[in-house]
Amino acid sequence: MSGNIYIYMFVMAGVTYLIRVLPLTLIRKQIDNQFIQSFLYYVPYATLSAMTFPAILTSTASVIAATCGFVAAVILAWKDKGLVTVAAVACVTVFIVERFV
Amino acid sequence: MTENIQSRKAVWRKGVQDGIPIGLGYFAVSFAFGIMAKDAGMTVFQAGLISFTNLTSAGQFAAIGLITGGATYAEMALTQLIINLRYCLMSCALSQKWDPKVPFFHRLIVAHSVTDEVFGVSILRDGYLNPWYNYGVMSMSIPGWVGGTVIGALCGAILPDSLTSALGIAIYGMFLAIVLPPAKKDRATAAVVIGAMVFSTVFQMTPVLKEVSSGFQIIIITLLVAGVAAVIKPVEKKEGAEA
Repeated sequence: MSGNIYIYMFVMAGVTYLIRVLPLTLIRKQIDNQFIQSFLYYVPYATLSAMTFPAILTSTASVIAATCGFVAAVILAWKDKGLVTVAAVACVTVFIVERFV
Repeated sequence: MTENIQSRKAVWRKGVQDGIPIGLGYFAVSFAFGIMAKDAGMTVFQAGLISFTNLTSAGQFAAIGLITGGATYAEMALTQLIINLRYCLMSCALSQKWDPKVPFFHRLIVAHSVTDEVFGVSILRDGYLNPWYNYGVMSMSIPGWVGGTVIGALCGAILPDSLTSALGIAIYGMFLAIVLPPAKKDRATAAVVIGAMVFSTVFQMTPVLKEVSSGFQIIIITLLVAGVAAVIKPVEKKEGAEA
């Protein structure tokens, strides 16, 4: 390490907090524009989906096991199972499949 | 007034309930972060402090590489900005769910914990967002994230690889559980989910595009897919708080 670890931390935390706090404090009114409203409605689905796939396939030691975990998670999420159930079953699936591949 | 306090408590409890899976998922992911931070030469305290002050997975993992590589502070700032810019979109969306009557300082606290998952559960609440709901979620998510980091840094080496490998998928399982149920009910949302996954795959496989940092890829895909969806299928205006 060449820099000071605490200065790195301060820079990281500062930038990250500003990104989060500025929109929440500066936008004080309801936005009436229907396009922006709709856009903001779709944002979480686009972001979370883009982060999940294809990254999920390389999230564990074996791609085959991760694919099985992915399929298991999709099936359970589709059946409206809760966050913990879906995450836990995905982990267990990966753990079991990795014993065989 | 007593009624007010009671409803606060109830809302807080609901937040805690929804925060449990998030905290567990965070524990698994930040455990891996703790191991990496320790390997990179940080102390347990430093690793925990990074997690407490940042609360962000991708940004923190990237930071380890930058710190060990001796990056400049400016590079660190820029990388964090790009990777975490998606929180800006999320905070914009949350600002539209905010009850104008709630005192200002709550915005300053809630903002710190705007993460993908916390955002996911809070944006899907009915009506205005009550900050006490977020405080409930935070009282699970923050200990999960910081605790996982500290324990990972302390004893990561003891855990068998097979377990840490299986834990790697936890966070993505959570994401799927957040996006799929609403996608099932609404075709436009389903198209956004599938479209974002397809674009993200294209990004990963195309020679020049895959050099784009993962945080920036996500911003481009989000702007594109959510933008197109908003043009083709605008959401109907709802009364009051809905974004």
